[in-house]
Amino acid sequence: MNRIALAHSAPKRGEGPTPSAAAGAAAQGKPGPWPRVVEGLCPTPQLPPQAPPLYHAVPGRWHPGLGHDVRHTELFASADEASGVALALALAQNMASRHAAAQGDDHRPWLWVQDKTAIRLSGRPYRPGLPEGLRHRLIHVAADKPADALFALEEGLRCRDLAFVIGEMAGNPAALDFTASRRLSLAAQRHDVPLWLVRLSARHDLGSARMRWDVAPAPSAPRRWNPDAPGDPRWQADLFRAHVFQPGQWILGDDSERAELAVFTPDHGGMVSDAGDRSLASVQPAA
Amino acid sequence: MAAWCPTLAIDRWHLCNPPPDACDPLLVLVGETAHGPRITAASAPARAAGAQVGMLLADARAVAPTLVVHPADPAGDRAFLESLALWVQRWGPWSALDPPDGVIVDVTGVAHLFGGEAALMADARACFAARGLRVRLAIAPTAGAAWALAHHGPQCTALADGSDPLIALRDLPVAALRLDHAVLLLLERLGLKRIGDLAVIGRPALARRFRDRRAPAANPLVRLDQFAGRVPEPILPVVAVPTPLVQRRLVEPVRHRDLLDRVVADLAMALARRLESLGQGARRLELGLWKVDGDVLVRRLELAAATRDPAHITRLFAHKLDDCDAGFGIEMVRLCAPWAEPLTLTQVDLEQAAQAHGTSLAACIDRLTVRLGSGAVAMPVPRASHMPEHAQRWVTPDPGRAMQEELAFHARPLKLLDRAEPIAVIYEAPDGLPRLFRWRGSVHEITRAEGPERIAPEWWREKGRARLRDYYRIEDSSGRRFWIYRRGLPGDGRGGAPEWFLQGLCA
Repeated sequence: MNRIALAHSAPKRGEGPTPSAAAGAAAQGKPGPWPRVVEGLCPTPQLPPQAPPLYHAVPGRWHPGLGHDVRHTELFASADEASGVALALALAQNMASRHAAAQGDDHRPWLWVQDKTAIRLSGRPYRPGLPEGLRHRLIHVAADKPADALFALEEGLRCRDLAFVIGEMAGNPAALDFTASRRLSLAAQRHDVPLWLVRLSARHDLGSARMRWDVAPAPSAPRRWNPDAPGDPRWQADLFRAHVFQPGQWILGDDSERAELAVFTPDHGGMVSDAGDRSLASVQPAA
Repeated sequence: MAAWCPTLAIDRWHLCNPPPDACDPLLVLVGETAHGPRITAASAPARAAGAQVGMLLADARAVAPTLVVHPADPAGDRAFLESLALWVQRWGPWSALDPPDGVIVDVTGVAHLFGGEAALMADARACFAARGLRVRLAIAPTAGAAWALAHHGPQCTALADGSDPLIALRDLPVAALRLDHAVLLLLERLGLKRIGDLAVIGRPALARRFRDRRAPAANPLVRLDQFAGRVPEPILPVVAVPTPLVQRRLVEPVRHRDLLDRVVADLAMALARRLESLGQGARRLELGLWKVDGDVLVRRLELAAATRDPAHITRLFAHKLDDCDAGFGIEMVRLCAPWAEPLTLTQVDLEQAAQAHGTSLAACIDRLTVRLGSGAVAMPVPRASHMPEHAQRWVTPDPGRAMQEELAFHARPLKLLDRAEPIAVIYEAPDGLPRLFRWRGSVHEITRAEGPERIAPEWWREKGRARLRDYYRIEDSSGRRFWIYRRGLPGDGRGGAPEWFLQGLCA
């Protein structure tokens, strides 16, 4: 089994940032925190408390970087915020970064399908706010009816030139029954195009997705220079149904320094659960 | 440049039938007419002996009993002239036929490549002489003037660019205007023998006399204008159409039938690809088999309809190859389609192909557009506007579209509502930011906020009453992140109290 320790590279509590690290962060050209803090004017920056960087992959449990062979994922989220789509995009980017490491950069377009209710409730994608590597490749489909949205999703999954497909459907429409869900799963597996279907304000109905998540927003990461401002987004993700992984809860977020999806609060559910045939030593955090 | 081969048919006959000795026979070529054979071309000795073009053969025989008579081949002459017209494109990009025995080349701006017009004509003359063709050449600013010079002027004359042909060539006969015989006879009777005579007679008189003649060859005025370059004279250029051709040189000469079938199948596949790229289908196919001993076997195939199905072609040739004798072996096989017709690409079981290999992006967008309407499939492109809702617009998807990235100074939300929704502020902090607000029936308590980012109205687009906006990125107590703005300032004189709106949902 794979046992990958996620190294957390955030500075430890009480340890001041070295000037070179701060200069490096400024030189990266990331959208800086607001208001801008000129280096040298802020002698002792107050570091917010960080979650301890102790998360170790547990065999049988999901962690970022696993589940890339899953082609159909459903994320249930509220229609009043964007955490469902945001987590879907983060997962897609995570998968794309693995793909890029193996086969070079991916410049294929991707599809975002929304039905009318989803557009009315949660808005349309906004290009300046999309992740940088994705915003110029977006193809958006606004479907009137849920049946049209399902058609668009299936057509997108059958297209070999698309990197991935994101669907957003509100509620539990009659068209999206188990058969439709199964069709999507089969199409995604057959043509090897991943699908993240975001269900806005929907009941957990029958579905054939290989992984089903409940997504809610979590308080964002503290900003280094402006603790009053919202920081990098984090989400509370609850994997309640999966084929190959055990269910669990995590707080996920973009690790801004490694630009990767990371777990900030590990899932404690498995700490005392079945040891199975593995040795208990592997659960121990490595020094 | 006009090139005129006065003895094209005779020269061609000589090229096709090399004389056994150096002596020049009294050669005439005859064509069949209703009144018996009539001379269509005569060599110079024959002309000197009294045989003229247009005479009946019997009359010519009476004058010169030693004539050598051969049938004329006008179709072959025409084909030869067509190949000649392609060949003369070595001196200019466009060439046109000037039947029956001349070609016209457009050498505008080309002469300096050969070292001037005189050098170009010397080169052309040498090349024609090397092919065994007698030629008269001339270069002039218009095609009509070049033709006139080539047929009626001194050999290898170049009329300088910018000189007026009407003045420079006023001494040429009116026959140099490419007119019909009837018109030439009429002008002769009127006493107009030179081009200069026509030029001084005045346009109204010519226009009145020839008012009902539409064809340029029957109207001296039109010919005169074309001659002088006053009206354009489009020439119909000759364009070479390459024959789709594939060939295989074999490493080892093939002596067995099954290997040859394999080669033919490969060739048929390659030819099908070539034809497909040209959008054509073959009507006639030629398979040439070069044998080791230098013999060439040719098998021809004519098809009922244009096709490029390799299996079909292979099957048809299989019957044709039954009687071929490989001898010591076949070392080269060539398959070409001398006659091809346009054949568009057809869909071959679209559904099954899509099932197996997936669709292309264009096909996917087409299907979506057809079912959902043209506006439903779009991609966002940036637009130069400060107003967030106008900073992007939706265009037809085109993944290859070049887009300019813009500098992102401020974080923007992931999604934008189509219409900003008003929020009811329950409690407002003294610095202007609400602490508690109600949106969509639930109460949100702001715990963290960033702002304001002030966006002033675009005065060059909006009315003067538009109010500025102060944007805040906020996070509420449960972690939901929104993008809200206050429209207007208290006391800015553009309406009542400022209102709050929620416009975007952050990641």
